[in-house]
Amino acid sequence: MDLRDTPEEAAFRAELRAWLEENLPDNLQGHRGGAARFEGPEMRAWSRALYDAGYAGLTWPKEYGGGGAPYTHQAIFLEEMARAEAPPHIGVIGLGMAGPTIMAHGTEEQKSRHLAPTLSAEEIWCQGFSEPGAGSDLAGVRTSARIDDGHFVVDGQKVWSSFAHIADWCLLLTRNDPDSTRHAGLTYLIVDMHSPGVEVRPLRQITGEAEFNEIFFTGVEVPAENVLGEVGGGWQVAMTTLLHERGTLGFALQAVLEVQIKKLVGLARDRGADPLQRDRVAQEWIELQALRFTNARALSQLVKTGIPGPEGSVAKLVWSEANQRVTKLALELLGPDAPLADANAPYGGYWQHQQLRSRGNTIEAGTSEILRNIIAERVLGLPRSR
Amino acid sequence: MDFTFTPEQEDLREQARAFLAEHPQASWRELADLGWTGVSISEEDGGAGLSFLEEAVLFEELGRALHHGPYFSTIALALPALPDDLRSEVAAGETRWTLALGPLVTDLDTADRIAMVGGDGIYELEGADRELLQTSDETRPLGVLRGGEPGLRLSDSGVLEEIRRRALAALALEACGVARRALEYALEYVTTREQFGKTIGVYQAISHPLADSYMRLELARSLSLWAAWCVAEDDEQAPVAAAAAKAYAAEAAVGVCEAAIQAHGGIGFTWEHELHRLYKRALWIESFLASGTRLRADIAATLLDGASTSGSSASPVPVSVTEGG
Repeated sequence: MDLRDTPEEAAFRAELRAWLEENLPDNLQGHRGGAARFEGPEMRAWSRALYDAGYAGLTWPKEYGGGGAPYTHQAIFLEEMARAEAPPHIGVIGLGMAGPTIMAHGTEEQKSRHLAPTLSAEEIWCQGFSEPGAGSDLAGVRTSARIDDGHFVVDGQKVWSSFAHIADWCLLLTRNDPDSTRHAGLTYLIVDMHSPGVEVRPLRQITGEAEFNEIFFTGVEVPAENVLGEVGGGWQVAMTTLLHERGTLGFALQAVLEVQIKKLVGLARDRGADPLQRDRVAQEWIELQALRFTNARALSQLVKTGIPGPEGSVAKLVWSEANQRVTKLALELLGPDAPLADANAPYGGYWQHQQLRSRGNTIEAGTSEILRNIIAERVLGLPRSR
Repeated sequence: MDFTFTPEQEDLREQARAFLAEHPQASWRELADLGWTGVSISEEDGGAGLSFLEEAVLFEELGRALHHGPYFSTIALALPALPDDLRSEVAAGETRWTLALGPLVTDLDTADRIAMVGGDGIYELEGADRELLQTSDETRPLGVLRGGEPGLRLSDSGVLEEIRRRALAALALEACGVARRALEYALEYVTTREQFGKTIGVYQAISHPLADSYMRLELARSLSLWAAWCVAEDDEQAPVAAAAAKAYAAEAAVGVCEAAIQAHGGIGFTWEHELHRLYKRALWIESFLASGTRLRADIAATLLDGASTSGSSASPVPVSVTEGG
């Protein structure tokens, strides 16, 4: 056990820190996230800069444009990004889900076609999993993919799809066999979002912004070679995507919380805090450390054995609930100014926006109820509830 | 960065767990024969020359077994104050110590010698009468001392800060062991007990609080192992790490025990079941040295009242303990 950087890790950290100081544009530092991520060309330019410097896809193989670096470098990268309050690469779905799924199940052609443009932010991905009738119960997917004359014809509706309105590609879970039910008969497709018959309608959310969308597919033609994995084997591929959605996210979430706690401490210093509020600030700082070292334990386990430990499954659950408490505490510290919004509110309405946005954290990427089921059943060995 | 135990440390944990399962109330002599009393004492003084990390493994396992003996008092509280000759007696299993930090003193039923804080130094207390008090946790008695006077000078009082860090970390680790055992009992029960025709673990009203208990335990362990490493390395973050670990782990242990009692229904409320003993130890740990509220007030002071600088780097929050080479 040694919680310090190795000399090699320390060198990587120093180099990265210097690069961030030099290259992070002032107007992007402390970016509030949300829909503002999509406005203007700055985020793509920033993502491209990360790619050109070799910091996008650090752990991906070099042959596909990645860095071929160990997981520890990815963890250091996320820590330093948080320290600099730098916004993440815009290709959240591409880097976190599409890339790892294509690397695990894709053909050589799919890998060489998609991976590098994903890292360079030339191509943006969205995810087409949830449907009006299939949320937490994903096996209820009904969007159909009929094989017709050497290609698929896709009809159906997806929902809660972040980035769809700017996406070039969609990871789409479909049902190829209309007579099938549940986990059988599903097929995973890579769909060009610019195809005829794809319609994206933004969904306005609790913050007033539109970060996610409905996608309607009407007779959309998808080439046969765009199937990911086997026809009818879509469920297994989808599980890889979700594993990466929830599995490699721990350090990214920790980085988000790190920034949030830093700002919370600043807010409490600025506005003052009573003894009960001070107790809660300290408690949230402790929770952040707990998340940090839980991630570190999981990472060390992964590096040493190649098998992720059970600690990793708690990260998303812990982070989402912490972020909700932290942002609500911030509103409490704002006192009578809490109902103000945007430009009329202190700090440009940062906390009001963050607090409302945080309500989505326990719903997106697996609800807290589903995650508790996963911990109960797969980690603690309790009987299945369904 | 490597946050895993070595194979030797893992072996020590396995050995400790197996031994304590057979002998939960092993004598001091037996612990000494296993080498546990001399873990961090130098080889010249008859110890193993290892670190607080190995002791951390033992604190966790002794907590899990609810061991009744002065390991905490001797190793966490008194050892840093002892000169070499007395340390070698501890390593050899010849002397058990406790340290009087306040009016209520631990393990007066088993300790052979008592250290006390007096002015600028730590001394051996001689000639005092001991009175054991009734406590809800029977495995870790408290008592008071009457009369007596400082005798042999053991060390400078500067060592008290180290003692505080070791003690907070040790209590956090014990709390993790206690919580682990309580959660194991709960999991065993809800996977065998049937009601309404089903194993009760299938009901989410039962399983979700246990999933939460598991999460709290894992977070508590991460903090406690961080604290243990900081103490072992004399890292500058050791004081805040130990405070954070004790604050979180003690409350987590209390909460996990409560969830386990609830999951057991009536059985969990009986004297017969071991759960109440685990619960009482968790409550004992929460109250000893400093409560979570007290420790968080200290942490809040370092976060909020320290010198402020300008810009977004204003926060005194340590960004990363992994910095440096």
